[in-house]
Amino acid sequence: MNAIPQVMAGGAIQAAPLLRVEGLTKSYGHVVGCRDVSFEIRPGEVLGIVGESGSGKTTVLNCISGRLPPSSGRIEFDTSRFGLSDIYGLSEPDRRRMQREEWGFVHQNPRDGLRMRASGGANVAEPLMNLGNRHYGKMRQATIEWLERVELDTRRIDDKPRHFSGGMQQRIQVARNLIHGPRLVFMDEPTGGLDVSVQARLLDLLRELVRDLGLAVIIVTHDMAVARLMADRLMVMKGGHVVETGLTDQVLDDPQHPYSQLLVSSVLQI
Amino acid sequence: MSSGSNKPERYYNYAYLDEQTKRMIRRAILKALAIPGYQVPFGSREMPVPYGWGTGGIQLTAAIIGPSDVYKCIDQGADDTTNAVSIRRFFAQVADVAVTEDTGEATIIQTRHRIPEKPLKEGQVLVFQVPQPEPLRGLEPRETETRAMHAYEEYGLQYVSLYESVAAYGRIASTVGYPTMIEERYLMSPSPIPKFDNPKMGDNEAILLFGAGREKRIYAVPPYTRVRSLDFEDYPFETQTWEENCALCGAEGSYLDEVILDDAGERMFVCSDSHFCAERRAAGHVGSMADHALAHLEDDQPAVEPA
Amino acid sequence: MAYVAVKGGEAAITNAHRWLAEDRRGDPAVAEVAVDQVREQLSLAVDRVMSEGSCYDRDLAALAVKQSRGDLPEAIFLMRAYRTTLPRFGYSQPVETGQMAVRRRISAAFKDIPGGQVLGPTFDYTHRLLDFTLAANGGAPVEPAPQAVEPQAYPMSTIASVFAHEGLLETDQPTTDAPEPFDLTREPMAFPAGREQRLQALARGDEGFLLSLAYSSQRGWGSTHPLCAEIRLGEVAVEFTPDELGFPIEIGELTLTECQMISTVTGNPEVAPQFGRGYGLTFGHCERKAMSMAIVDRALRDAAELDNAAPCQDQEFVLYHSDNVEASGFVQHLKLPHYVDFQADLQLVRRLRREYAARESAMKEAAE
Repeated sequence: MNAIPQVMAGGAIQAAPLLRVEGLTKSYGHVVGCRDVSFEIRPGEVLGIVGESGSGKTTVLNCISGRLPPSSGRIEFDTSRFGLSDIYGLSEPDRRRMQREEWGFVHQNPRDGLRMRASGGANVAEPLMNLGNRHYGKMRQATIEWLERVELDTRRIDDKPRHFSGGMQQRIQVARNLIHGPRLVFMDEPTGGLDVSVQARLLDLLRELVRDLGLAVIIVTHDMAVARLMADRLMVMKGGHVVETGLTDQVLDDPQHPYSQLLVSSVLQI
Repeated sequence: MSSGSNKPERYYNYAYLDEQTKRMIRRAILKALAIPGYQVPFGSREMPVPYGWGTGGIQLTAAIIGPSDVYKCIDQGADDTTNAVSIRRFFAQVADVAVTEDTGEATIIQTRHRIPEKPLKEGQVLVFQVPQPEPLRGLEPRETETRAMHAYEEYGLQYVSLYESVAAYGRIASTVGYPTMIEERYLMSPSPIPKFDNPKMGDNEAILLFGAGREKRIYAVPPYTRVRSLDFEDYPFETQTWEENCALCGAEGSYLDEVILDDAGERMFVCSDSHFCAERRAAGHVGSMADHALAHLEDDQPAVEPA
Repeated sequence: MAYVAVKGGEAAITNAHRWLAEDRRGDPAVAEVAVDQVREQLSLAVDRVMSEGSCYDRDLAALAVKQSRGDLPEAIFLMRAYRTTLPRFGYSQPVETGQMAVRRRISAAFKDIPGGQVLGPTFDYTHRLLDFTLAANGGAPVEPAPQAVEPQAYPMSTIASVFAHEGLLETDQPTTDAPEPFDLTREPMAFPAGREQRLQALARGDEGFLLSLAYSSQRGWGSTHPLCAEIRLGEVAVEFTPDELGFPIEIGELTLTECQMISTVTGNPEVAPQFGRGYGLTFGHCERKAMSMAIVDRALRDAAELDNAAPCQDQEFVLYHSDNVEASGFVQHLKLPHYVDFQADLQLVRRLRREYAARESAMKEAAE
């Protein structure tokens, strides 16, 4: 079921939001994780959520990706089965199926996003099998193509993740999260923990894939250089609140909020 | 306690279990039949036979057996393997029930690791002894995890295992306890039967009950149920075949046991289903080694009564 | 003696039973062991069989020990199987170990406590030298131990009461709306396991397994640094409330060993730091078991949220594998015929070997 495009003022038609977040608030006792966060994301957009540790960006990510029920607020996704739905209004099996079939989630640490005891190839093929694919040869071929796409040596398709470097494990994780054609991909510091040159190459790859596939991506990072490279729009968070939003270039070149100014000024110009 | 008056039948309820326990097991059986392939937890009792030696099957049988039943018990397909003998004696004693080796005559057939070759009929119940009811246990040791996988129908771990098998061996290497999908919903272990027997489960006229006493689970496949052995389109499910026929009765399509004849590696292949083979020989079928001693053990050695 | 494919399995089993009976009896010229001798003089074996067999009956346990030729897991199995057949009247009142008629009570936490340190009948300070005077049957009668001048304090105050004044020891508060306790002998284990399920599993659990786990936790596989707050041994009354009466009556007494282990709990924003408790309880005098049980109970309580749980902190690992009746059955079931399964494996391996050989020779030819 496709979302019905909305007619905006002036007659222009905008694609309906893929994900809509309204008034998202999460507290742990009296500690505020995040407060009153609202935004939308449309197909093909890359939204960066930036801030230092403790800013609430990870809390927001966990809530909007269906892993942490909020204390209040709504998170709606344009599901293929039920249309625009409150993701926490879905039954747990339905929500988990949606996460599996329509989303991707790239973890900061590839060990959290891969089956370490299965081969790289099996990791990448699994999402296809979860969708009901039953032809081994075709899936293996698709896996090989994806390994090529993420610039891994396809002869290593049967190696276990621990035989790969961190950067390569991350590429396997990326392939695993894109092979099933998700419409929305979450990324949590996808290049964190990798050394700088490896980071740069991985970011280039990600940017290319996102562009080629027209994906919607929500990327959480504390690294402004990553944000500048990947995101179309930014949301700056501090102390659980959104302090500034806007197009990436605007926020980075002309930050309005004192905290954004602080963040931006600390970025090394590459 | 004076000996002589301490006969089992004086102290134990019919079929050993008390009626409350039988009721509890029957409720579990009904639930299992209502949700084909789903593992129902049940309060398994300690039986006079050790855990791991058939207590699940024994409790299932004890819960459903009655004086008018005819009971058959096989292990590895044969009626005269020691554990089958032991269990059959147990029920003959505590349930005072007629016993048989004839697959067609039996109303309850309790089995370890095989399904009889002869097709079963409506009104028969096949009770399987199951060591490990959880098909995913070899891949995931935690019960909390596997329970969630069944609840959410998230069987990615199983698919990954099949993929790895083809990648490593060029085939799905599982030979025994081959995983099946029941009514396209629950992943189920058929118990350690050879995959040769898997096709017999689907659309069976009889009721199939599975009992794991030590792991405390009961599951079931009701009659006329869809059972699909997992495979890939390009690596379809295959059963085992032999080049040889049964050396005693000549059967072509039955599961064969390998019997070592001497130290030089001489061997013969014989039907695993002892009654099936005997019935064929009685009907005049003859195999290449029909003269062998194994074919002529018609007379049981008389059992010596315990003092 | 033929084992499997040959007919005559029935006769084989009967003959095996007879041989077993002969071996159990041993040399007929030697006097037969009487059940009451086992009960009186091998009482610690009897105690273990009652505890892990989950059935308090000294005579039955002694019979089980004799029948099993001294193989205690086998005796425990006999008790459990017998227990299955017993009718159930209901549940007794919880026993009051604070009201125990104490024969032995020690605490490592304090030099002295109200009631004193009472050593009782213990192996603890014996020198482990084989006593050959015991080898002479019907030797000199044992001289009774001297009586104390003053009677034992009764009731002997518990270590919990000592701590209670400062609130140093975590306590379990009974609630009026608590559900019926789980009964592990009637229902299958369910995870995550509540405390009563855990304690029941540990009480029935194999002493050797729990001993090793407790040992591992003390050596660093798991963070418990336990202190023995109290061990007590003695008799408690069992009370039962029959429906017809509506009030509790005493129906007998049990000998119990109780152990409480404590370790520091650093607390969290909601709870002040205090001592946490591990609890062990056995029938009869099974100190090693009660202590091991208490240490493992404590270790399992800490571990609910840990990522890298040590084996003794892993609930599923400990509770699934603690029952020696299940473990023994499954390990020993490997003796049952598995030749049908093995035939399938034989076929597979033979086929893989043929394919391997074919590949090797194809490669050789290609190289030439």
